[in-house]
Amino acid sequence: MADLITTLLTIAVAVGAILTTVAYLILLERKLSAWMQDRRGPNRVGPFGVFQPLADGLKFLIKEDVIPARADKVMFLAAPCIGLLTTLLAFAVVPFGPVNDQPAYLRFIIAPHVDIGIVFIFAVTSLAVYGVILGGWASNNKYSALGSLRASAQVISYEIPLGMSVLGVALLGGTLNLENVVAAQAQGGFWQWYIWTQPLAALIFFTSALAEANRLPFDLSECEQELVGGYHTEYSAMKFALFFLGEYTHVITMSFLTVILFFGGWHFPWIATPGSAYVGAWLVKVLVLLSKVFSVIVFIMLIRWTIPRFRFDQLMNLSWKALIPLSLANMIAVMTVRQFGWNRWWLLPISIGLFCFVGIIGVSAKRAEIRHRHGASQGAGLHPLGGAGI
Amino acid sequence: MTAAADNQDVIWVEEPEIGFWEATFLPAIVEGLKTTIRHVTNYQPVTQQYPEEKPILPLHYRGVHRLNRDEQGRVKCVACMLCATACPANCIDILAAAAPPQWPDRDKYPASFVLDELRCIYCGMCEEACPVDAIELTHIYDLTGTSRNELMYDREKLLDVFDQTKDDPRDPTRTRRGRLGPAAEFGSLPTVAPATPITPGDRSAQAPAPGVIHPHKPSDWSRKPS
Repeated sequence: MADLITTLLTIAVAVGAILTTVAYLILLERKLSAWMQDRRGPNRVGPFGVFQPLADGLKFLIKEDVIPARADKVMFLAAPCIGLLTTLLAFAVVPFGPVNDQPAYLRFIIAPHVDIGIVFIFAVTSLAVYGVILGGWASNNKYSALGSLRASAQVISYEIPLGMSVLGVALLGGTLNLENVVAAQAQGGFWQWYIWTQPLAALIFFTSALAEANRLPFDLSECEQELVGGYHTEYSAMKFALFFLGEYTHVITMSFLTVILFFGGWHFPWIATPGSAYVGAWLVKVLVLLSKVFSVIVFIMLIRWTIPRFRFDQLMNLSWKALIPLSLANMIAVMTVRQFGWNRWWLLPISIGLFCFVGIIGVSAKRAEIRHRHGASQGAGLHPLGGAGI
Repeated sequence: MTAAADNQDVIWVEEPEIGFWEATFLPAIVEGLKTTIRHVTNYQPVTQQYPEEKPILPLHYRGVHRLNRDEQGRVKCVACMLCATACPANCIDILAAAAPPQWPDRDKYPASFVLDELRCIYCGMCEEACPVDAIELTHIYDLTGTSRNELMYDREKLLDVFDQTKDDPRDPTRTRRGRLGPAAEFGSLPTVAPATPITPGDRSAQAPAPGVIHPHKPSDWSRKPS
């Protein structure tokens, strides 16, 4: 019984914290975007616009809730719920603090001891695309449908590198349980963080996570220039807010995963180690974890205004021609190292070598393409660059 | 190369060779991140905080009209209807009346002068048409009202605008003569200076001054003003 109450309380606190964080992350993103573009950002509601999220939330609540006349009502209403539900559900197995030395009556994970944690997260977060597809389809709007089609193709393509890049970590640690993944890194210290042995996997994971969360430069399913609003064109008021919350929760979950899988979770040398036994050590560990996650989120926001959006064929090429083969090769490398009992540090040069190998292939493919274009077009009597673009 | 490439008017640009680092995307991403981070750390917003911070408009800005007064405080307008005729939006409505006998310098004056600020397109042609420099456009741009009637500016309102703006350095009374009447002299008047300082490179500075009619020597039109 006490366990049930603790669980319910943890859920309430976690969901409340996530939703509030999302509101303020949106403010932060708007502010950061403004700063990057030499604007000021929201600054009318309260000092520095700190009450802007409240105003936005209120606006979402009291706005007219439009359902298009020809829309499929049930699915139209279900889609945003699915979108938010699945992303929130994924958070159940993500530890947001030091699980091993949590104080009494405090839980740092909603569902502890889930041995298939990573699999669960991928299973549930890839369900989020149902929300997108249903929403786009039920809207009875061609732009929405196009957006949701793009989203489905994109999510299916990026699920594969996302999952396979994590398999390397799972193989190294011998566990799919996120608590144990963190514990393994914390035990080994700073140089045991998986970023050192799996830098390539970290890169692939982060890239695919951006694509999974529909963040720029991979937000093709909702790019305004081509699709009005994408799958949520017809959505307004609270239903749109649910989609938005779901998307941001996805970003938060993915940032947590990046930190937990590759950057040592709550571990930080000297400050927060498994041995640190000073009073309030758990609080420090939580703060370390949260600040790491915060840095990842800020980095995602920086990326948003740094890299232009991919074209759809480029997006597909990146996944199928680069990320999937790379993550496969990386996984095979980890398997080889584990099987023959080599020093795990071999994985660092292997990762870098793989990355360089792909770079060289990319260069030679591009050069071959240019050469080919040269020859073909001269035969036709046209200027080499007069034809189609890249 | 083909004959097309020899044509000097066309500059063919070769696609640059892609190198190893370009193919990996990484240096480009790092460069881009440096740019975005530099904008955050070295934050110099260009936004103007409008209601608190008013813009400094160029001197030739065309805002709300005013009807100028002469030295005796009378309305300068002689109800000649040139502005109403010139107006492309038909927003000026003048009712002319015979001038009082104590005003010997003119025949008519506007008994009513109504200008619809909502219809006006602020082209400034009334100002150019006016032979006695009575109507001018000021720099007032934030014109608001609660009804359409409120924005039908009559003679008194337009004179009020003059009283408000006559001392503003940005709205100098642009007449050079200070007295009424001899519209017929316009052929011999000096060229009207533009309201804004213009650089010699401007095309408008090189053209014969607009609105000046040379009655005698049309050949002068081709000559640039010195």
